[in-house]
Amino acid sequence: MNFEQILSELENQDPEVYNRMDTRRDSMRQFANIGKKVALTALPLALGGMFKRAYGQTPSFSGTVVQVLNFALTLEYLESQFYTMGVNTPNLIPAGNPSAGFKIIQQHELEHVIFLQTTIKALGGMPIPSPKFDFTAGGTFATVFSDYATFLAVSQTFEDTGVRAYKGQATHIQQNDTVLTAALQIHSVEARHASYVRNLRSSYYSDESIRPWITGDSTAGIGSSVAANYAGEENTVQLGINIVGIDGFNISFDDATECFDEPLTTAQVLALVAPFIVV
Amino acid sequence: MKQEEVVPLKVETGMFQTPSLHRRKFLANLGLTAVAITGITACTKTNSTSLSGGGVENSQSGTHYNDVQILNYAFLLEQLEAAFYINVTSNFYSGATSLEKSRLEQIRDHEIAHREFFKTALGGAGIPDQQFNFSSINFSDRTSVLSASKSFEDTGVSAYNGIAYAITSPDYLVEAGKIVSVEARHAAYIRDLLDPLSFADMSVINSDGLDLANKPYTVVQIISPYLTVQPDLKSFPYNI
Repeated sequence: MNFEQILSELENQDPEVYNRMDTRRDSMRQFANIGKKVALTALPLALGGMFKRAYGQTPSFSGTVVQVLNFALTLEYLESQFYTMGVNTPNLIPAGNPSAGFKIIQQHELEHVIFLQTTIKALGGMPIPSPKFDFTAGGTFATVFSDYATFLAVSQTFEDTGVRAYKGQATHIQQNDTVLTAALQIHSVEARHASYVRNLRSSYYSDESIRPWITGDSTAGIGSSVAANYAGEENTVQLGINIVGIDGFNISFDDATECFDEPLTTAQVLALVAPFIVV
Repeated sequence: MKQEEVVPLKVETGMFQTPSLHRRKFLANLGLTAVAITGITACTKTNSTSLSGGGVENSQSGTHYNDVQILNYAFLLEQLEAAFYINVTSNFYSGATSLEKSRLEQIRDHEIAHREFFKTALGGAGIPDQQFNFSSINFSDRTSVLSASKSFEDTGVSAYNGIAYAITSPDYLVEAGKIVSVEARHAAYIRDLLDPLSFADMSVINSDGLDLANKPYTVVQIISPYLTVQPDLKSFPYNI
């Protein structure tokens, strides 16, 4: 992202932008201060906050931590409402293990929504309201609530993406020990869900190549519609250390990609969930 | 970016090492004395936060601890898990299906990769290779093996969740995050092998929908029966 470009675009759209923000120099200084506190990936959120202040909207946050929590809340709204729809749709989820399993997951996602709303308020912030969702993603998953296989595919994608999304926020909330720990405690629950759903799909298709962990950047048979949700998972280098064949051990490409889940940036996650958001 | 300066002190882990030296180095790197950090800084990105001044004050004891100690704590856990799965897969319990075998071999390889990752990253600052005592586990019995596996995976998840806040380097925090979710995937899979629908049950997830986050003191008490070199629970990082 080029900040100069964004400011120029703003100037075109709103010649008074610098009056609203004091001066261009001041804006840059504010931006630089923000940049010291948050990683580059958080800049879209930081920018959003700056412009909200500039345009006089009531801020719905008190800082980066609340912004991150509201971002997480959006994802939890998505998951919570998705599973609530799923478990309440007759003849969608088979009785027995899958039905009971998705009820457990639905309950957790609802608990996450409530927990995040409570935490945001406790920090003096305002929980954002839920967007309206289209779980067909504009028709890409048209049968999401009538075909179990499609429901499973969307569920797996949401869980795996949720894991990546929380992971990508960790460094933005590193200065708040309590919030970081809580976010990680949600993060590993999403990973448990992902493992369960992937294993369900493995059984459903009698396909051992669908594993509870993510192999390479494979969508596990879902296809190109979710390829971007798995892009980057093929990474085999951690802290500059190549994991494939590390120290002479027989660690394959598949192993090396499976044993480290990769993060997504805020912008990447927002782009991935955008098709599911109506307003 | 390969860590050219990192030369793991393999000599220290050799068979001629005396137990006292072994123990001394083990304890030293877990915080009883100052720790060399060259092995770590050598392989971090150039723009990452320097570790030299890093550390978090432990409010209870006033102990100052650092990322190397935390990475060694993770290294110990990964050594334990890798050794366990190497045992499991070298002679599978009776009745193991081909799917169970292949998945347990995958998990073994993940844990070996984690162990070697920490070993390489820590270099000379790493604790020695540990020996473990698995005599309480009946490796020919499915329930015994999977129960131990479940405990190790859940404990691993709770350990990373419980120590991540103390990591100062953003790079290391991200790596811990990359690993902990894989441990959680393992835990969920193993739990359902042992007891269907227990992948995220109330023994690990609280009423806020949050997973376990255990302090090192708790974690080390859980794994202590499997260790042959007993850490001093009063010293960092165990006394928090």
